[in-house]
Amino acid sequence: MLKALKLEPQHCTGCMQCEMACSYENEGVFNPAKSRIKVFTFHEAGRFAPYTCTQCEEAWCMHACPVEAITLNAQTGAKEVADAVCVGCKVCTIACPFGTVNYNQATGKVIKCDLCGGDPWCAKACPTGAITWTDADQTGFQRMYAWAQQSPAGEASYILPQKKDPAAYGPSA
Amino acid sequence: MDHVIVGAGPAGIIAAETLRKHDTDCGITIIGDEPEPPYSRMAIPYLLAKQIDEAGTYLRKHDRHFDELGIEIVRDRVTGVDATANSLALESGASRGFDKLLIATGSRPATPPIDGVASPGVLPCWTLCDARRIIEWARPGAEVVLIGAGFIGCIILEALATRGATLTVVESADRMVARMMNATSANLIRKWCEHKGVTVHTGATVTAIEQGRAGGTLAVALDNGTTLNANLVITATGVNPNIEFLDGSGIDTAQGMRVNNQLQSSVADIYAAGDVAEGIDFSTGGHAVHAIQPTAAEHGRIAASNMAGHTSRYHGSVIMNVLDTMGLISSSFGLWDGADGGDATELVDPARYRYLNLQFEDDRLVGANSLGVTEHIGVIRGLIQTRVKLGKWKDKLMQDPTRVMEAYVARTQAIGYNAHVL
Ligand SMILES: Cc1cc2nc3c(=O)[nH]c(=O)nc-3n(C[C@H](O)[C@H](O)[C@H](O)COP(=O)(O)OP(=O)(O)OC[C@H]3O[C@@H](n4cnc5c(N)ncnc54)[C@H](O)[C@@H]3O)c2cc1C
Repeated sequence: MLKALKLEPQHCTGCMQCEMACSYENEGVFNPAKSRIKVFTFHEAGRFAPYTCTQCEEAWCMHACPVEAITLNAQTGAKEVADAVCVGCKVCTIACPFGTVNYNQATGKVIKCDLCGGDPWCAKACPTGAITWTDADQTGFQRMYAWAQQSPAGEASYILPQKKDPAAYGPSA
Repeated sequence: MDHVIVGAGPAGIIAAETLRKHDTDCGITIIGDEPEPPYSRMAIPYLLAKQIDEAGTYLRKHDRHFDELGIEIVRDRVTGVDATANSLALESGASRGFDKLLIATGSRPATPPIDGVASPGVLPCWTLCDARRIIEWARPGAEVVLIGAGFIGCIILEALATRGATLTVVESADRMVARMMNATSANLIRKWCEHKGVTVHTGATVTAIEQGRAGGTLAVALDNGTTLNANLVITATGVNPNIEFLDGSGIDTAQGMRVNNQLQSSVADIYAAGDVAEGIDFSTGGHAVHAIQPTAAEHGRIAASNMAGHTSRYHGSVIMNVLDTMGLISSSFGLWDGADGGDATELVDPARYRYLNLQFEDDRLVGANSLGVTEHIGVIRGLIQTRVKLGKWKDKLMQDPTRVMEAYVARTQAIGYNAHVL
């Protein structure tokens, strides 16, 4: 059964454990600036929101990549960056409408969430259940979908504004 | 169903793969005139910088990728289209019928009207073939003159510097990357280049290229009285869509091949995608040749869906670019020059080469320019293309434009405004 990363901002206390775990496990340093998951703080409301790649079906980053450096991991559903293939052109960083692919000047490559190969550290590190790694059952997936699709809310002008044809932008397998 | 695609660049390849996803049985043939396996022009700067070899530019890395998908790639050149008989004339003398046709022939570099532009040592930087010649000419210590400081000119500067070339840029507009960056940011790019040892002439045109005094060198004369010595001259003065072979076909063309919101041309069975297509621009609603990779990829997928009978309309592509000029990263989105009656905000930090300019129409983001800002940059595309109403976040952005990602999260996730809290 495919699993999915579930993010529930209402449970987030802004402790940043996820950012620490992510940067440590993926980059070898405790440095939130190198984390692939990011917690946004809304001071006025005292609210926090963890946010990372939704591994969206459209996979804008993957399709925009000119050299096939971003591919689908069929086991996890993650869109993964192959460092050896990435030339650092950054087109994926502007193509991703969720802002979740970043350029790493130190390596000259891009970084994005790869679900830690199917065992995401952010979820393991989260003490409040704001980030969970759950079965992507029907509802879970729909939630993910809804979440990823929230942005066009109302005045959808996304790529298929009329009617979403899942086949057209379905998971590329 | 027999689908034929002309052009084996990103638009053609992505279209072919998308067609296969929709239809496991249809015939898919790509006719391309370049000798190499399908490759990406965009990767050429990294080949020049010795970061990758030629295979690193290939669009698909597995030898049998196209065979396994049942996509046939034919090396030939299409010389004419009979839109009534659904047939193509090929350079080899053969002809080829089709049920649906996709024209994905891309663009080619414009040749500037300069005396001596055909001299040996004067080249564009467009194909792998050009890249090989540049590698030969751009030896350590070579003096290289780049005509045109557009997007492609800027992107290859660093690669040429890596090869040990001495660089001079000549641009006829009043600033570098004039079609992508506003004056403030473009002037910072220029300062950065100069700081890195590149000589920049703007508002100057090349009047002639002649044989230089030393053997094998060229003398490049500018209208400002300067004459530059060069071992290699690279022309990067814009591109023109490859549409000549459509002459007499009755297919509607203007600057490129005119297509509607399904990427369909004026002839029902014929579609166009990528650099050759004059498709719909999201920001203006009008037609434009974007000549960028993300638009080529988007076009390829949408055209293929429609060719396969899955009607998919769209609101056009957002023009966007990210550029690395000798290590300074800039980006440009949509109406970076502003919308009529819209508001704008700017963050200018010349000492750190940081810049951000956001353009709004009412409370929506419609365009941006950035310099030295890369984190979460894609969200600018997201905000523009999804027309997110920023509400009170517009004022926050007017005060601090760096908060775009926060604005996006706040306005689209189940927190803050959306939970009626902020
Ligand atoms: C050096 C360089 C750097 C670039 N960097 C960027 C960048 O950073 N970001 C970005 O967005 N874009 C960049 N681009 C532009 C990007 O590469 C193009 O937008 C993209 O290649 C367009 O894809 P396409 O498939 O439409 O056309 P192309 O890639 O040009 O492919 C079209 C193919 O069709 C072939 N063809 C033409 N006529 C015929 C015919 N009659 N019969 C058969 N075949 C034919 C051509 O030879 C070619 O192989 C760059 C381009 C260059 C040259």
